[in-house]
Amino acid sequence: MDNAKVLEQLKGKFSDAIVDDVDFRGDLTVVVSLEKLHEVMLYLHDDESLHYDLLSDVVGIDKLPREPRFEVVYVLHSMDDYRRLMVKVMVDIDVPVPTVTDIWKSADWPEREVYDLFGISFSGHPDLRRLLMWDDFDGHPLRKDFPLKGKDFDEKWVPSSIQVL
Amino acid sequence: MADGKILTINMGPHHPATHGVLRLVLELDGETIVKVTPHIGHLHRGIEKIAENMNYQQVIPLTDRFDYTAASLNNLGYCTAVEKLLGIDVPKRAQYIRVIMCELARIMGHHLWIGSHALDIGAMTVVFYTFRDREMIMNLTEEVSGYRLTPSYLRVGGLAHDITPKFIEDLRAFIKWFPTAVDGYNTLLTDNIIWRKRTMGIGTISAEDAVNYGFTGPSLRGSGVPYDLRKAKPYGSYEDFDFQVPVGDNGDVYDRYLVRMEEFTQSLNIIEQALENLPEGPVNVDNPLIANPQLDDVQEDISALIRRFKIQCQGPVVPEGEVYHAVEGSKGELGFYLVGDGTENPYRMKVRSPCFILVSALEKMMLGHMIADAISVIGSIDIVLGEIDR
Repeated sequence: MDNAKVLEQLKGKFSDAIVDDVDFRGDLTVVVSLEKLHEVMLYLHDDESLHYDLLSDVVGIDKLPREPRFEVVYVLHSMDDYRRLMVKVMVDIDVPVPTVTDIWKSADWPEREVYDLFGISFSGHPDLRRLLMWDDFDGHPLRKDFPLKGKDFDEKWVPSSIQVL
Repeated sequence: MADGKILTINMGPHHPATHGVLRLVLELDGETIVKVTPHIGHLHRGIEKIAENMNYQQVIPLTDRFDYTAASLNNLGYCTAVEKLLGIDVPKRAQYIRVIMCELARIMGHHLWIGSHALDIGAMTVVFYTFRDREMIMNLTEEVSGYRLTPSYLRVGGLAHDITPKFIEDLRAFIKWFPTAVDGYNTLLTDNIIWRKRTMGIGTISAEDAVNYGFTGPSLRGSGVPYDLRKAKPYGSYEDFDFQVPVGDNGDVYDRYLVRMEEFTQSLNIIEQALENLPEGPVNVDNPLIANPQLDDVQEDISALIRRFKIQCQGPVVPEGEVYHAVEGSKGELGFYLVGDGTENPYRMKVRSPCFILVSALEKMMLGHMIADAISVIGSIDIVLGEIDR
């Protein structure tokens, strides 16, 4: 099954949900509206001819001046003939994305990572906590407005502030 | 506990069997595991953030620090992703040398895996033999790149420089020697009754579950799914070589062990073919905006000097676009999601690390087993924390 056929089938089923599609260097990316995301993903997993059964990764992207600000990309593979498909969704700041952990268990940690590093929350996620940064860390480091050096880099270090436990 | 109380214990982050700084909170009923909560991030260096502020060639040494046991494979994943974004093909000779370096790296990664995995379970001898042979590969890497663990030998558009005659000579000696060494590892473990009892039926996962939990690489193939990106989506000339993809049946620790042991032989097979059929020609793409001029040219030609200076300072300018490219790492699917914005810095680089997903499924594999079996499950998925925390 090639990219054109996948796109045709998807557009036939969800004519209003597929906002845009890009075929770049042999990989197909479809942009899906946020409201229909979970429905489309469930169809991609369950449909017998599409059958994307491996979710490789969930990627967050921050396109700062643009509205909506964030993008979340799901990288899907099918074990039948090793097709690859990217599903993209545009997200505004403080708008939750429906989780796909109920479809693919492998989405658990990647979604937590996106939440941790970008501050995009996933509604319905079973265990949405910070993953790489510590629990009381302030901010989301991979946002474009987060400084590379960290927030408190230029603050003077005061030795007396150390607490002996 | 005899009275049915749950005991919570903390394993790591400095426990030797966690292969780095993984911390597991285990909840035990007697000696049986009832809940596992992994905590990661102790080695988080923010490489993805740092990469956004560097040019495309400067990122290569950072990628070495993901899976440092098999560093050339990370270089390959990154370089091929950038090349896909640029839309260029590297010369055949460079591709073959990349294949040789990457398969050597895969063997090196598996050496560390079997050595430490057996050491964790109690078979101490294996690690001495694997490190003896790992040393030979490190010497090969040093001969060609100057570094032992983190070679950074690959470049966007080709290689840093061509291989030397001494490298070919040493590699031939290694190819001749290595099958004997693999036989040695097999003699120590495969039919060993203690090894079998410690690994058979432990950490079992079915093919369907393994795919749903995002398993890739030897861990998925141990469950019987023949998903190997070298065959499934061939990249970098892997379609030229004749090799088998070993798969297991039961999806337990022992099957994952057998799959990786067979990969030693298959990787050596690929190296042998690549060395025999090594084409002549340049090792860098013929594009003055991407490839670094060779040092010999720089000493004679002022324009080459200027070009080298410009490429070192600025790096290639990459067009707008988003690509995902994955290679078969020694642990599984190692993917790079790159967003180019038409400048010399990556706008976003996301690494799809195979171990990251595998660790998230530790609970699925450990539940109901004894605490001693937790060690063999951790060993069998071959984790490297540099790749998980990034």
